[in-house]
Amino acid sequence: MNNIFVYCEITDDRTIADVSLELLSKGRKLAEELQVKLEAIVIGHDLKGIEKQIFPYGVDRVHIADDARLFPYTTLPHATLIIDLFAKEKPEVALFGATSVGRDIAPRIASAMRCGLTADCTSLEIGDHFENKTQTAYKNLLYQIRPAFGGNIIATIINPETRPQMATVREGVMKKEVYDDNYKGTVHKVDLSVLTEDDFVVEIIERHMEQSKVNIKNAQVIIAGGYGVGSRENFKLLYDLAEVLGAQVGASRAAVDAGFVEHERQIGQTGVTVRPKLYIACGISGAVQHRAGMDQSAQIISINTDINAPINHIADYSIIDNIADVLPKMIKYYKANSK
Amino acid sequence: MSFKIIVLAKQVPDTRNVGKDAMKADGTVNRAALPAIFNPEDLNALELALRIKDKLVDCEVIILTMGPFRAAEIIREAMYRGADRGYLITDRKFAGSDTLATSYTLSLAVKKLEPYNLILSGRQAIDGDTAQVGPQTAEKLNIPQITYAEEIIDVNSTHITVKRRLERGVEVVKSKLPVAVTVHSSAPACRQRVTKLLMKYKHSRTITELQNETKDYTELYSLRPYLQLEEWTVDDLHADVEKLGLSGSPTKVKKIENVVFQSKDSKVLTSSDADIDGLMKELLGSHVIG
Ligand SMILES: Cc1cc2nc3c(=O)[nH]c(=O)nc-3n(C[C@H](O)[C@H](O)[C@H](O)COP(=O)(O)OP(=O)(O)OC[C@H]3O[C@@H](n4cnc5c(N)ncnc54)[C@H](O)[C@@H]3O)c2cc1C
Ligand SMILES: Cc1cc2nc3c(=O)[nH]c(=O)nc-3n(C[C@H](O)[C@H](O)[C@H](O)COP(=O)(O)OP(=O)(O)OC[C@H]3O[C@@H](n4cnc5c(N)ncnc54)[C@H](O)[C@@H]3O)c2cc1C
Repeated sequence: MNNIFVYCEITDDRTIADVSLELLSKGRKLAEELQVKLEAIVIGHDLKGIEKQIFPYGVDRVHIADDARLFPYTTLPHATLIIDLFAKEKPEVALFGATSVGRDIAPRIASAMRCGLTADCTSLEIGDHFENKTQTAYKNLLYQIRPAFGGNIIATIINPETRPQMATVREGVMKKEVYDDNYKGTVHKVDLSVLTEDDFVVEIIERHMEQSKVNIKNAQVIIAGGYGVGSRENFKLLYDLAEVLGAQVGASRAAVDAGFVEHERQIGQTGVTVRPKLYIACGISGAVQHRAGMDQSAQIISINTDINAPINHIADYSIIDNIADVLPKMIKYYKANSK
Repeated sequence: MSFKIIVLAKQVPDTRNVGKDAMKADGTVNRAALPAIFNPEDLNALELALRIKDKLVDCEVIILTMGPFRAAEIIREAMYRGADRGYLITDRKFAGSDTLATSYTLSLAVKKLEPYNLILSGRQAIDGDTAQVGPQTAEKLNIPQITYAEEIIDVNSTHITVKRRLERGVEVVKSKLPVAVTVHSSAPACRQRVTKLLMKYKHSRTITELQNETKDYTELYSLRPYLQLEEWTVDDLHADVEKLGLSGSPTKVKKIENVVFQSKDSKVLTSSDADIDGLMKELLGSHVIG
């Protein structure tokens, strides 16, 4: 009762999605702060042994629903099972990835439970609240912090009265951390008898999932290019530097829209969120929507001809010059001086 | 039997071009400084609706929007592009609605239009940015949902087949009707206004708009009743007031902050050999690279 629940998404090869592991890591910390247990939900098919992937994140109990009709994901059967489970277990907090799946199912569940849901959170904290109107004090609420208005404002949202306090969180925002490799939880088999024919009225006819070829999310070093790079050809300089440094190439939306690079590399509010050791921003002005996806980088270097570009305000080093003059020199120095 | 499509559309401030005057000193949004537009993905939804209307012999496209009086603008805009009629849901009591209260209100309006075959909405509004209203309205109506539609591949009187655009792929799904479909920005752009329709509907007004005009339209409206845009209030919807607006919204905004830079102490360099070599040396030395 009153525990923290995380809905875990599974991939086609039966691994738990990164975003879900990130949420479990955050869930573990919240559980400790609130002194409650952490529980996970996995719904799919062929899930034998799946709990082994989950327990190391400090999960006390995993609810598993395993049935051929439950994979690939469709909204209604997953929602029906979770609504039934929540009605029985009365979670305090329920977290979902802000993914195609999470943003499809979480609102449906919140509507059925008549509880509040906060979309696309970038931070979750525990805090108190005093409601002036009713003179009521609330302890240990979940502060759900999210950008809105196209990224121009950051709102802190709370759900004082309704439970669970539900939130979706984007991939890459929370840090994935194994809690204890030997952590042992229990497995609970979810009751499937609540499913009816009506839950299967939407049928998948065709499905093409592409494994993402680029993995900028986990890169230690990212060389990101913006509209200022100028062309697809000019991006070659960025790939060259990335190759010698063992880095990945990322991009702003303007660079993606201009066709310089593929969409998978887009960083920011509508792309991926990254937190590398080093982020080199080449010809990127630093709009709020871009910064939202990279401002947690440990070190930022900006290369920009304009000293007033906003990106320079969050950069540790601002190289005020042309990309074409800077990158070749970096490559040259690195080749000459690294072992 | 006629095929009825309801399109949910929202008028939003254009958050894509936020200038300096868009934020007030207290950190709240100065809506007056931002132009009010048709939410972009709702235009994609309208286009998918109009494409069905192009194909079927007997099909009606109805716009539903909840908002202040001026939101009637987007009903007219939709009619210039081919929608048949629209309803403005407006009442002080709706103010402060979160997505749950919004969906409750919209679902009551949809119920007044029963029977319907299909609900189309945008995936996400560019102000609240939650993408929750589509699925929640579907739940309130107890009908299935299909999110992120890019194309309607087939539709008949009982079923619809839709191509969905997902983060890492595409999916084709088939559902029985009625269903609520949310539309992704990768769907075709909305067609332009049709001059003939612009001429026909440019004098269409809601009652409130008429009251604010000096000209007397009584005669015009008795001749052309299609110029009357309907307004629905709480009373028309027979709503449970507790489930509306602020009191019906479980989420509360505790704090809003303007996005500000946390300026770092930035060292400014040039492309001189000395600057670049020094920087690279430091990065190698601290093992950030290498
Ligand atoms: C709802 C919404 C979501 C969005 N999501 C994202 C997102 O996820 N990610 C994202 O990136 N953007 C996003 N955007 C777009 C964002 O607002 C900006 O438009 C975009 O980030 C700008 O990209 P840019 O910095 O590459 O281009 P610009 O702003 O055009 O900047 C180009 C920069 O290059 C510099 N430059 C030019 N030539 C050179 C040269 N030769 N050498 C060095 N520097 C040079 C210029 O000084 C300038 O600073 C979103 C916008 C909205 C409204
Ligand atoms: C800063 C800020 C943060 C917020 N955060 C949250 C939050 O986390 N959780 C929450 O529950 N509420 C939140 N809200 C409230 C939310 O913006 C409103 O409830 C709003 O009425 C609907 O949400 P949306 O704009 O996100 O729409 P979305 O759910 O993104 O809209 C999806 C589609 O639904 C249809 N639609 C939406 N609203 C209407 C309407 N009024 N009339 C007709 N069709 C419509 C449109 O087709 C639209 O494309 C927030 C508001 C602000 C200002």
